[in-house]
Amino acid sequence: MGLLSSKNKSILFNPLAKENPITVQMLGVCSALAVTSKLEPSIVMAASVIAVISIANVVISLLRNTIPSRIRIIVQLVVVAALVSVINEVLKAFAYDVSKQLSVFIGLIITNCIVMGRLEAFALGNKPWPAFLDGLGNGAGYGIILIIVGFFRELLGSGTLFGYQVIPDKLYELGYENNGLMILPPMALIVVACIIWVQRARNKSLQEEK
Amino acid sequence: MNKDSNSYTLIYASVMVILVAFVLAFASEALRPQQAKNEEIDKMRQILAAINIPSTNNNAEELYSQYIVNTYNVNALGEKTEGDPFSTELENELRKPEEQRYYSVYEANIEGKTKYILSLRGAGLWGALWGFVSLNEDKDTVYGIVFGHEGETPGLGAEISQNSFAQQFVNKRIFNRSGEFVSIAIVKPGKTAQGQDYVDGISGGTITSNGVDVMIKSSLKAYESFLIKK
Repeated sequence: MGLLSSKNKSILFNPLAKENPITVQMLGVCSALAVTSKLEPSIVMAASVIAVISIANVVISLLRNTIPSRIRIIVQLVVVAALVSVINEVLKAFAYDVSKQLSVFIGLIITNCIVMGRLEAFALGNKPWPAFLDGLGNGAGYGIILIIVGFFRELLGSGTLFGYQVIPDKLYELGYENNGLMILPPMALIVVACIIWVQRARNKSLQEEK
Repeated sequence: MNKDSNSYTLIYASVMVILVAFVLAFASEALRPQQAKNEEIDKMRQILAAINIPSTNNNAEELYSQYIVNTYNVNALGEKTEGDPFSTELENELRKPEEQRYYSVYEANIEGKTKYILSLRGAGLWGALWGFVSLNEDKDTVYGIVFGHEGETPGLGAEISQNSFAQQFVNKRIFNRSGEFVSIAIVKPGKTAQGQDYVDGISGGTITSNGVDVMIKSSLKAYESFLIKK
């Protein structure tokens, strides 16, 4: 079996679109609302979730034959919480500025239902390599949506990207105004809904039969 | 071995918890010196930012020793006292009875003029707020200010740490014409405040803006006797 057999490929790439954790499985929506008012935290959050979910998937997959089934959720929780704490400590020591930005989001990773969901649904029953790919794929599928939402919310809400103004002053003189509603959490839901709409319209297999 | 037996479950849980505890304790201990150093540099950068000196992680210590000429603690009566101001956290001091409190003061020298840098501490929507304010020689007008926060909402309350918000405070006065301490009010954009200087709050970040308002008032109130001494 090659490193990327067709099965592994689908494990890695399916979560990006067809089985996207946010738009199709409806997991992790809460954190998608909280951190996407700007593009930069969205990207940082996406990267952290990818790291945590892939490593946690591998660890749980390695332990899968030893975990007593009655306390498996607790074991998963301990692994995720320990990982997040260690990552937090490392960031504080070697990337202090990033860790200052991340402070609130770190806690959100532990409670991110995608992480727990993948551990429970995939890592407990699969070998470490596919489990790693699954974590990578799901983390990336989550990250893509976060970045798209963050992009539109910052662009339309503040007229900036990464904190730099991109909407020319001329446009403001013509009477254009930033949409303050975009910064507020409800607009994240609406942007996510628009993404789901586009995705379903293009992908017939996602549409329910009547 | 029966994986579902009680003893296996108990032993598994205990071993796991002990292992994780060791890993976390080790990570925390091994990284602490580096983290403490980062926090110290971060504090220096904030103090420098309060006197409008931009710094990086690399040159913060150098610039700090260049601009900060004198540091000391003052007590509730405004008298200079013993103690290392750098390790005096306003957060801890505010919990003590008033006569036992010490407030840190940093004196900076900018082009021959003395600036007094004082600590601020308060609470926002999700967590703590803090900051440093520098006052001109008259101990009344603001020379510069910087805000930090633990975890205010990005794009809303978190905007208080932006320079554009802090710049509004420059040259505002914390005493009114008759010399009473009134602080600087944070008002909704478009509104005004009676009898004191004011700046615009953050739209959509009302609770954070109110937190900043209360923080400036209560923190500077603590320094009042020091500020009145000319």
